[in-house]
Amino acid sequence: MFDWLAGRLRFIGSPFVEALIKLGFGTRFFFAVLFQSGMALRRFNLIIRETYYTGVLSLVIIVVSGLFVGMVLCLQGYDTLTRYGSAEASGVLVALSLLRELGPVVSGLLFASRAGSAITAEIGLMKATEQLVAMEMMAVNPVARVIAPRFWAGVLSMPLLALLFSAVGIFGGYLVGVVWLGLDKGTFWSQMQAQVDLHYDIGNGIIKSLIFGVAVSTIAVFEGFDAQPTAEGVSGATTRTVVTSSLAILGLDFILTAFMLRGT
Amino acid sequence: MNRRIYDFWVGLFVTVGMLSLTFLVLRVSNASEAAAKATYRVTAAFDNIGGLKVRAPVKSAGVVVGRVSGIRLDPKSYRAIVSIDIEQGFQFSKDSSADILTSGILGDQYVGLEPGGDEANLKDGDKITLTSSAIVLEKLISQFMFSKAADNKDSAAAPAAATPAK
Amino acid sequence: MPDSPLVEVDNVTFAYDARTILKGISLSIPRGKVVAIMGGSGCGKTTLLRLIGGQIKPSRGEVRVAGKVVNELDSDALYLLRRKMGMLFQFGALFTDMSVYENVAFQMREHTDLPESMIRDLVLMKLNAVGLRGAARLMPSELSGGMARRVALARAIALDPMLMMYDEPFAGLDPISLGVIGQLIRQLNDALGATSILVTHDVMESLAIVDYVYFVSEGKIVAQGTADEIRASEEPFVRQFVGGLPDGPVPFQYPAAPYAEDLMGVKRV
Repeated sequence: MFDWLAGRLRFIGSPFVEALIKLGFGTRFFFAVLFQSGMALRRFNLIIRETYYTGVLSLVIIVVSGLFVGMVLCLQGYDTLTRYGSAEASGVLVALSLLRELGPVVSGLLFASRAGSAITAEIGLMKATEQLVAMEMMAVNPVARVIAPRFWAGVLSMPLLALLFSAVGIFGGYLVGVVWLGLDKGTFWSQMQAQVDLHYDIGNGIIKSLIFGVAVSTIAVFEGFDAQPTAEGVSGATTRTVVTSSLAILGLDFILTAFMLRGT
Repeated sequence: MNRRIYDFWVGLFVTVGMLSLTFLVLRVSNASEAAAKATYRVTAAFDNIGGLKVRAPVKSAGVVVGRVSGIRLDPKSYRAIVSIDIEQGFQFSKDSSADILTSGILGDQYVGLEPGGDEANLKDGDKITLTSSAIVLEKLISQFMFSKAADNKDSAAAPAAATPAK
Repeated sequence: MPDSPLVEVDNVTFAYDARTILKGISLSIPRGKVVAIMGGSGCGKTTLLRLIGGQIKPSRGEVRVAGKVVNELDSDALYLLRRKMGMLFQFGALFTDMSVYENVAFQMREHTDLPESMIRDLVLMKLNAVGLRGAARLMPSELSGGMARRVALARAIALDPMLMMYDEPFAGLDPISLGVIGQLIRQLNDALGATSILVTHDVMESLAIVDYVYFVSEGKIVAQGTADEIRASEEPFVRQFVGGLPDGPVPFQYPAAPYAEDLMGVKRV
């Protein structure tokens, strides 16, 4: 009977234990990537090449999404604010929402699904076709040569993408608010300038996107490296990257916002 | 060949990102106000600063002339010492007064400066001596109620004083 | 010490997840020779290659390459040793994001300071040796299986290693490519003055080119000898293997209950 109980406990507990083991391995891997970054930083063209694939190729989706998010925000904001006679605050609404929250978070989610999954799939496939082992046998550390550049490319790209998202979104808000809905152009920008603080809103937004960049890049690179070297293994790893990154972004966003709001 | 293409696109990407940052900083945020204009610093002591915050505006006749740069409590006099950075272009007389006002009815608080008649002007490090504190809502209400109670007492005492003198 | 073997596997036991794959196995690879390690699937031959290359450590025993104990080397020394080894993986394992030229040039660019002009000459020489100089600009996805493997071979010999290891070099190739790879293995070994280890279960092709053969079954060496000795061997495992016989020391039927019982579905008393 005791065996039965132990068996049941093992059945319930083993996913948690597995998750803990994976988390531990992931943390070790994260530090290994940091220590092995010397080569990537000395041979910066490796990072540049990867930044092309993670950052530049994400530009289209970020810009288009940013534009639409900004436009919708202004539209919705205008609809509600007119009821209280505060329609001119639409610009402020769009700017603050984007800079503080939506910019880093939404661009982070998009980045995770587009670039993060691509990184995981690529590394997973390299593992499955023994390319990483081959590199090791040629006395080149694959973590330094393949993994670290992709990690740093992600960390570099994320803040830039988030800034672009916010900027394009605010422009989208301008298009809807001023050009379409007829708000006063001067009030739109001056209200925004009065309420948006450089350090608090823009600075915190950049900090958030940097942290999200580190999180997404770590998860993407780790899941690829840890994937089972089969077709199902790689596909499972890719979906796990997107899911885990998204949850991490949302969780970190809450924690960071709580920290940052305490400042006021 | 390939390396040059990567460099080009990544360079473009970083440029676009930096341009977004510049746009956000200059056109969207209040940074243009916080631009490095030369300022001089004076202090003023208040009994109560209410909800005044650092980086609150300092206005004269409604025009922003500076920013609150620091707030601390003087441990000896228990008054709030507020440091103000005033732009070099604006000169105020030594007997100017500083009041803590509220924008709108329930808005943010700011410092209002009213110039006096003194010929000498405030310099960096000077103290503004004429100050009036912020209006704290609770004190206002208790003042109102106290005066209301006093009125009632007077009007109750007046007829009472009138009747015995009959 | 020109007569000492290049690689020595000394009484090595290797276990993984409660399964013992190698049980106290010992073999030695003399310098300058081409040696085949043969056996059925899962008998531990690829594990031997990994032990020699330092990817895994034995649970017991030692693996020595050029006198150095591989499992005791620190990572810098291990990397130095690996620069003198070349390994050909089963499906080539070419870097898919680089062209054929860049794959072969990889080791030269990473480990040497040679100028690009010299690298270009060397890459073209190596590709010429495997007959693919004209394919230098192609990407790995544009190559057939046999061609990919030859490019991987050119890449493995890029720095003229002293030890070449081949993991199933003949698997899945058409007859022409089989012959080509076999000849290349022999010729390159002799031209470079290197030592080669072939892990394979392709009997015909290997016996044609090797100097010595080890047969591994269930984690132990069951037979060894020169190509002629193996062909003439009376050892049952060798005969089954070389002859391709369905039943022998390696049974045809997977262990199961007696046939009659399974069909009848009733246990006979």
